[in-house]
Amino acid sequence: MIISVTSGKGGTGKTIVATNLAYLSKDVQFVDCDVEEPNAHIFLKPSITFSQEVSLQIPEIDEKKCSFCGECALFCNLNALAVTKKGVILFPQLCKGCGGCILVCPEKAIREKERLLGVIEGGRFQSGEFLHGRLIPREPFASPIIRKLKKMIDGRKELVILDSPPGMACPMISTVIGSDLSLLITEPTPSGLFDLSLTVSVLRTLDIPMGVVINKANKNNIIEKFCEKENIPVFMKIPFDRKVAEVYSKGHLLVRDEKWRKKFEELFERVLSLDEI
Amino acid sequence: MEELCVISGKGGTGKTIITASFATLSENKVIADCDVDAPDLHILLKPEIRSIEEYRGGKVARIIEERCVKCGKCAEHCRFNAISNFRVNTFLCEGCSVCQLVCERDAIEMREELGGYIYLSKTPYGWMSHASLLPGEENSGKLVHEVKKRARELAKKNRSKIILIDGPPGIGCPVIATLSGANIALIVTEPTLSGIHDLKRVLSVAHYFNVLPLVCVNKYDLNEEMTEKILSFCTRENIEVVGTIPFDEKVVEAMENGRIIISEGGEASSAIREVWKRVHEVLQRLH
Ligand code: SF4
Ligand code: SF4
Repeated sequence: MIISVTSGKGGTGKTIVATNLAYLSKDVQFVDCDVEEPNAHIFLKPSITFSQEVSLQIPEIDEKKCSFCGECALFCNLNALAVTKKGVILFPQLCKGCGGCILVCPEKAIREKERLLGVIEGGRFQSGEFLHGRLIPREPFASPIIRKLKKMIDGRKELVILDSPPGMACPMISTVIGSDLSLLITEPTPSGLFDLSLTVSVLRTLDIPMGVVINKANKNNIIEKFCEKENIPVFMKIPFDRKVAEVYSKGHLLVRDEKWRKKFEELFERVLSLDEI
Repeated sequence: MEELCVISGKGGTGKTIITASFATLSENKVIADCDVDAPDLHILLKPEIRSIEEYRGGKVARIIEERCVKCGKCAEHCRFNAISNFRVNTFLCEGCSVCQLVCERDAIEMREELGGYIYLSKTPYGWMSHASLLPGEENSGKLVHEVKKRARELAKKNRSKIILIDGPPGIGCPVIATLSGANIALIVTEPTLSGIHDLKRVLSVAHYFNVLPLVCVNKYDLNEEMTEKILSFCTRENIEVVGTIPFDEKVVEAMENGRIIISEGGEASSAIREVWKRVHEVLQRLH
């Protein structure tokens, strides 16, 4: 079963839920897809045993062959190429590596070269396999790394956990797409609710079943009301507790504490029980 | 005119709360919410929308069924795996047109999609430019760019001194778009291992794009040892720290009620005032 753990708003406790859940499984693959700010390794403390570079194929123009016809620049929908009388200018950070310019060039003057975007690292932690990616700061596009990470998913595992980036733009979509269940982590504030409603609409269009975890829960029941109206199950509530924040700040897991372990075990059971349906 | 953006790397460190507070404390500014993925500033600033504009995002491919002979060339060439079973998954399509180029039957059309909306609004604290993104829009950086452009126009018209920007989390394309052209990036971090890890990453992006970084530690007393580490890291790296803000239940309460902490008083509120003073000094220095 593949689950994605996501949230519209950042900092709602996505990684807390994902890592604690991972710790309880005996046969898990944990994939941190938040490649802009990967944090799960801080909690799961995997021993990293391999690393692999991720790059994008971008064009390289052979000026000797180029006739400056401008076809490539005309084709590029991302405006990554500009042709002047003196030469072709590539804006590498705009290029997504679609390869179209190579196909349209009548002089066959374009080759591809690699542009390094980041790395993927993997290894093992106590309960299973660990993978994450890191985008090089200054690079704009996270999705190629996420796509690569997702190709490494091992579907035979009892549980694959995808720790998703926040938001609802491309990096989040690339992560959650194809998962069997999405856990949405939110908090009972107006902004928590607003961002949750955005995420719900995304997941509905993608047709992914979902369950909600309310973090920093208190007497305010705006999230419950919303979930009831939308017919989305609330799987778990993590009460507001300064202790949780302190444990988190040190990079520790909550499940080491008996009380929390029970709660996360219940969540774990709920998640897995959905697999049988 | 100076551009001040508030960013954080890690989400949920209190970026929006601080931006909203600055909105109430600063004079003569235009506000921009560049966290177009999960825009929350409007919840605190309660803007009155004065104009709505459609935002045309990228293009998306569509296969015209009657013409398609199911040769599969398009799927073979699409580097984004956006085509399967002779259908385009609009969420995955990057709009590059390669499929259209290779299709021999002219069976693919590229359509401009509605990517979201851009709003110009009036708040009790000044004009605000903001947006909403439709799900799955790839290039949210482009929308950020549009929001900033509108803010700059507003600022020019009103002769504003500052553009105050609530930035997105992360370090990817929307963050880069937020930073481009900005003068100062106030990075709001928290004393957690993840906070410090993400701070370092977002700092290198700010350096790369030549934006002056300032750091403030929110909820510093949750882990004072870690706060110390952040402070000495900043000293070593020669980065100005403009303040530390204590954990305060009042902030939680204010958030719950959609109110701005500044008007509620308390420890965090006074600390944020101090932070603003320091940031303001730096802004004057740049002037
Ligand atoms: S590979 Fe695609 S995006 Fe990159 S420059 Fe060529 S046409 Fe543009
Ligand atoms: S436009 Fe590009 S990304 Fe979209 S389906 Fe065609 S080849 Fe794939």
